[in-house]
Amino acid sequence: MSAFLVLLWRDVKLATRSGGGAALALCFFALVATLVPLGIGADLKLLARVAGGILWVGAVLAALLSLDRLFQGDYDDGSLELIALAPLPLELTSLAKIVAHWLSTGLPLTIMSPLLALLFNLSPDAIPVLVLSLLMGTPAVSAIGAIGAALTVSLRGGGLILPLIILPLLSPAVIFGAGAVAAGLDGFSPAGALGLLGAFSLAAVLLSPFAAAASVRLNLSG
Amino acid sequence: MQFLFRYANPAMFMRLSGAVLPYAAALTVLALAVGLFMGFSAPPDYQQGLTVLIMFIHVPAATAAMSIYGAIAVCSLLSLVWRHPLSDTAARAAAPLGAVFTALGLVTGSLWGKPMWGTYWVWDARLTSFLLLLFLYLGYMALWSAIEDETRAGRAAAVLALVGAVNIPIIKFSVDWWNTLHQGESIMSGKLDPVYLWPLLTMMAGYMLLFVTLWLIRIRTAIVTRRATTLMQRAA
Repeated sequence: MSAFLVLLWRDVKLATRSGGGAALALCFFALVATLVPLGIGADLKLLARVAGGILWVGAVLAALLSLDRLFQGDYDDGSLELIALAPLPLELTSLAKIVAHWLSTGLPLTIMSPLLALLFNLSPDAIPVLVLSLLMGTPAVSAIGAIGAALTVSLRGGGLILPLIILPLLSPAVIFGAGAVAAGLDGFSPAGALGLLGAFSLAAVLLSPFAAAASVRLNLSG
Repeated sequence: MQFLFRYANPAMFMRLSGAVLPYAAALTVLALAVGLFMGFSAPPDYQQGLTVLIMFIHVPAATAAMSIYGAIAVCSLLSLVWRHPLSDTAARAAAPLGAVFTALGLVTGSLWGKPMWGTYWVWDARLTSFLLLLFLYLGYMALWSAIEDETRAGRAAAVLALVGAVNIPIIKFSVDWWNTLHQGESIMSGKLDPVYLWPLLTMMAGYMLLFVTLWLIRIRTAIVTRRATTLMQRAA
């Protein structure tokens, strides 16, 4: 367990210190949110209507931004081979990296989202729903993203095909997440959408470490 | 499993598939010709008019597109569990075919949608999940071609195909939950008149036979190409 925590803490530190990319993801998220009104106009009613969807898509894209580094750095300098040789099972290593990615990307994005929601004139009742949906849904982004990161770890241009293989798999998270916000806006209970989102996220976090570990193994052997 | 592997030996596969191929091709032509003839001689629908005929090339494409992903998933499982190189080749050979059938389903669907729904594209559940299926195919093919080492590429693609196979029902469910406009399934529920049902079933058989024929050709080409590459490397 302590090896797990050490790895987790090391990855969080690597991601949050200079050159780590966690802050970049936040800036990217804020920029996407700034560009959207420039593109679709400043009509506050329209913005309030699309806020849930835009912020969800923005958060997923921002989280993707730093995903290709999840295993890449360790693979390039050889430490991934040593980590794989360590007594900690590779599945738990993957889980530690997923949690670290979420702590350095998904959680800050979630914390930042109410501020951006205010810029989008999202109604105050719907803001907690947005925050809750991001809190529940972003772990799935990190988890499923880890599979893509592990699959493309040995590729030079891995960052380019990572979104192509990951984004279709993430569509349920966007649907349920933005759906919960829309339900909140329309005065319905968001509980159904949030429940489905939680189930999806939980399954992703539980199953992804196995797929990610298998992908790391096949990239290390042969 | 031993039985299966005997036929999955590349030399054995070449002999067997070479013998099956002409029959598969002939059956494909026959089924498609009969299906198209039956389809075009079917009476216009009282509501959809002649556009109902699009169904005969649309629905089989959609069924084939989904079955092919299933075939890729089964091949991937065989490849990951038993490490059989031929199943990698088979999975890789099937992917572009699946992508084309998916695209065909989308194009014919949108051509049907224009007169029926008034637009080429609606963000309906089934159309959207098919668009996502197309992207899954494209991502799968991109991963295959991105990794140079063929064994490694095969295993990575197999993991991705299985992750996709687990995810597809979830994507399907979530998109259904999101929006539904597409008409429900009408073959198994017996709501389809026999005058349409028989041509449709014949066309489905034709499409699947077409897939099997092209699949066999593609696997054979891949095996021969690999052999040629090995020979050239040896000669060099």
